[in-house]
Amino acid sequence: MKSKKKIKKIVNNFLLYTFLIIGFIMMVFPFYWMVISSIKPREELLTYPPVLYTLKPTIEYYKQLFSLIPMQRYLFNSIFVALTVTITNLFLSSLAGYAFAKHKFYGRNFLFTLILGSMMVPWQVNIIPSFIIVKKLGWLNSFYGLIIPAMVNAFGIFFMRQMISTIPNELIDAARIDGCSEPYIFWRIILPLSKPGLATLAIFTFMSQWNNFVWPLIIIHKSDMRTVPLSLAVLNSQFGNNFGLLMAGASISILPMIIVFVFLQKYIVKGIVFTGLKE
Amino acid sequence: MKTKKKFSKRTKWAYIFIAPAMTILTIFVFIPVIASFFLSFTEYDGISSPKIVGLRNYLTILFKDPLFWKAVKNTLFYVVFTVPVGIAVSLLVSLALYQKVKFITLFRTGFFLPTVTSIAAVSVVWRWIYAGDKYGFLNYILTKLGIISVLQDWLMQPSTTLPAIIVMSIWGGIGYNSIILLSGLQSIPDSIFEAAKIDGVTSWEKFWYITLPMLRPVMLFLVIMSTINSFQVFEQVYIMASTTEYFGGVLYSALTIVPYLYERAFKRFMLGYASALAYLLFVIIFVITLVYMKLSKFYEE
Repeated sequence: MKSKKKIKKIVNNFLLYTFLIIGFIMMVFPFYWMVISSIKPREELLTYPPVLYTLKPTIEYYKQLFSLIPMQRYLFNSIFVALTVTITNLFLSSLAGYAFAKHKFYGRNFLFTLILGSMMVPWQVNIIPSFIIVKKLGWLNSFYGLIIPAMVNAFGIFFMRQMISTIPNELIDAARIDGCSEPYIFWRIILPLSKPGLATLAIFTFMSQWNNFVWPLIIIHKSDMRTVPLSLAVLNSQFGNNFGLLMAGASISILPMIIVFVFLQKYIVKGIVFTGLKE
Repeated sequence: MKTKKKFSKRTKWAYIFIAPAMTILTIFVFIPVIASFFLSFTEYDGISSPKIVGLRNYLTILFKDPLFWKAVKNTLFYVVFTVPVGIAVSLLVSLALYQKVKFITLFRTGFFLPTVTSIAAVSVVWRWIYAGDKYGFLNYILTKLGIISVLQDWLMQPSTTLPAIIVMSIWGGIGYNSIILLSGLQSIPDSIFEAAKIDGVTSWEKFWYITLPMLRPVMLFLVIMSTINSFQVFEQVYIMASTTEYFGGVLYSALTIVPYLYERAFKRFMLGYASALAYLLFVIIFVITLVYMKLSKFYEE
């Protein structure tokens, strides 16, 4: 009886690990194939049967990437936009989140409902007028166009409001009685106490900006203002068959996210779970 | 008197705190949502002033635009496969990750990886895997396993373009879905499982009568989110299925609604027409969400 149970357990474990290992390989293989293809010498890239490793790694394609196109400029654009947008989002979302969580003012519920409601509207609905507005403001092909519309969004405000709601009112009231001003309370009490929430929002915002594709595609038509994902799409249509070059580009664009993910997985998972709780 | 003054001062600060955020949202979200509604009744190329055409855009789309219906058909095909298969696979993954396994962090990282990487980059990688000659990795593997005998040009033949994109999308969605499902599994109280254990319930019964019902709210959320996202598929089609003649696959075989909308709006500058497309998409998504909500209420009772 006991040995039967033991056998069953072994079989179960075997099935479990087989599933996990096969699944893991299927999930990770495209990334492995990308990196290995980017460092294979030309003559090994197109061989049959394809080889899964290389003994003569080369950085030829990475050199090409920086000489054929201004990749350093695209990296700068992406980093600059993603960092700026992250900072403004943290600041403006927590500012508004504080007001919505801890203040009473006329129109509060209406405005908050409006913000929540706007999260239900698919981006396709507002992208055309947004494009027209940015064009009228003369912000096409500029950092203004890439940054200002993304400085704050409904999700960030909602997220920070939920985080700040959990801060006890007594702390804020005590500070008010001591004569602290509202900006002081925000800066010295609310922000420090929201650190975990801010960290999650920061990673999330940075990630979505770094990976953002559609908006740059629509408003950037000048080569030197492209972001990394956009440059990949252009590379894809101009050098579609130079897969070594494409894989080098893809590797560079993915690398920062993989590093962020490996070290800050906890925060990312927390943020994703939060999106699942908003219903 | 004094308290009233203090209160109003505090209120003043609240308005100052929300002002920057509300300004940005008003200019780039609230106004555009309303503006595109009005634009959808006009003909507008972005240069000359919009010309009011009444319902013409909607009527043309619905009755005289075969490409739109092609896009709808393709989108439905995409949704019908991506959503159920994606969630079913993710459920298996999350159940496996929920077990006490060794190297859990490693496995978890692997499964979640596509969630954090850009669809643009991942699409470029999959184009290489799907490459049409013998150097394409998928062709190599499938030939080796004896599944295909003729090399397939996956992204250049009308019959396989959309399925190829669907497979990649399912792969890309597993991470997000599993994270949500795993959090759902972790929120099921252990005491329920312990009680079931005492009652001698088999693992299949446990899954069918305890786990699944407990996961229902999470599953409903995922089905809704996944459907909404799938209706909006864009990057994959843009990068993997665009040739010089065709936008969205040879013979428009992978043209879905959003790439079509993009093409009308930003390649041909039919901004009024594209706005009408956007509102139609909005309505489709809204109706589907409502149906899901109603269905879930119906099943709860």
